[in-house]
Amino acid sequence: MTLTLFHAILFYAFGGLALGGALVMVSQRNPTYSAFALIVTLVALSAEFGLLGSPFIAALQIVVYAGAIMVLFLFVLMLLSVKAEARVEGEGRVFKLVALALGALLAAEVGSALLAAKTPMAGGFDASARAVARLLFSPQYLYVFEATSILILASLVGAVALARREGGR
Amino acid sequence: MSPQLVQHALLLSLALFAVGVVGVFLRRNIITIFMCVELMLNAVNLAFIAFSRAWGNLDGQVLVFFVLTVAAAEAAVGLAIIISIHRRKDTLDVDAFRVMKW
Repeated sequence: MTLTLFHAILFYAFGGLALGGALVMVSQRNPTYSAFALIVTLVALSAEFGLLGSPFIAALQIVVYAGAIMVLFLFVLMLLSVKAEARVEGEGRVFKLVALALGALLAAEVGSALLAAKTPMAGGFDASARAVARLLFSPQYLYVFEATSILILASLVGAVALARREGGR
Repeated sequence: MSPQLVQHALLLSLALFAVGVVGVFLRRNIITIFMCVELMLNAVNLAFIAFSRAWGNLDGQVLVFFVLTVAAAEAAVGLAIIISIHRRKDTLDVDAFRVMKW
């Protein structure tokens, strides 16, 4: 009983942290602060994945997102001379209100679908690396997995070609 | 763990996705917009994991794995494009990028 309670407390604490990080990220004008806020959100989400019984995805989230993607973001932010977003006169309150209204509309729409979804609790849930790998390398997903390695190679070559200076060398 | 917890994870995923959408609308720095897209991908991942837990089905976990891979590839190419545009325009403001606008 106390373990369940502890579990729930951790779940809501990390959930609040994730949401808080996201809100800070969106409200910052300086993209460097946004990047650090996003890292907080990603780490909190990794904890949520772990609490939902998926240790493999939780580890992957830290390694790939916090470790690789966000480092790439910060690297680019430091490579380019990044200034805080300038305040523009024309950026009216109307535009912000429309953006918030559209976001609220989307949330209501998806929320009605999500709240109608059935969420039974399957017993004996095992999402360890071994169990996930068994499915990942089964014939059902094996070819998709091999295709992603081609995708990674293509994006590697593409990124180098795009970021290279004009005119060869 | 109760079914309530899974439902709340779905609501958290919904909230994160909505915050990401509003961020794409509000921000003008292209890198921040890109980070909002990453946030939306993560929100969807959370929904995948929650449903995977609810139904005891591992396909959701495998899909999250693929989303992570595609996100990494997308970040690499996207940031390379941003660097290359910044070299020409010397700004990160999306309002300045109108090369493909008629």
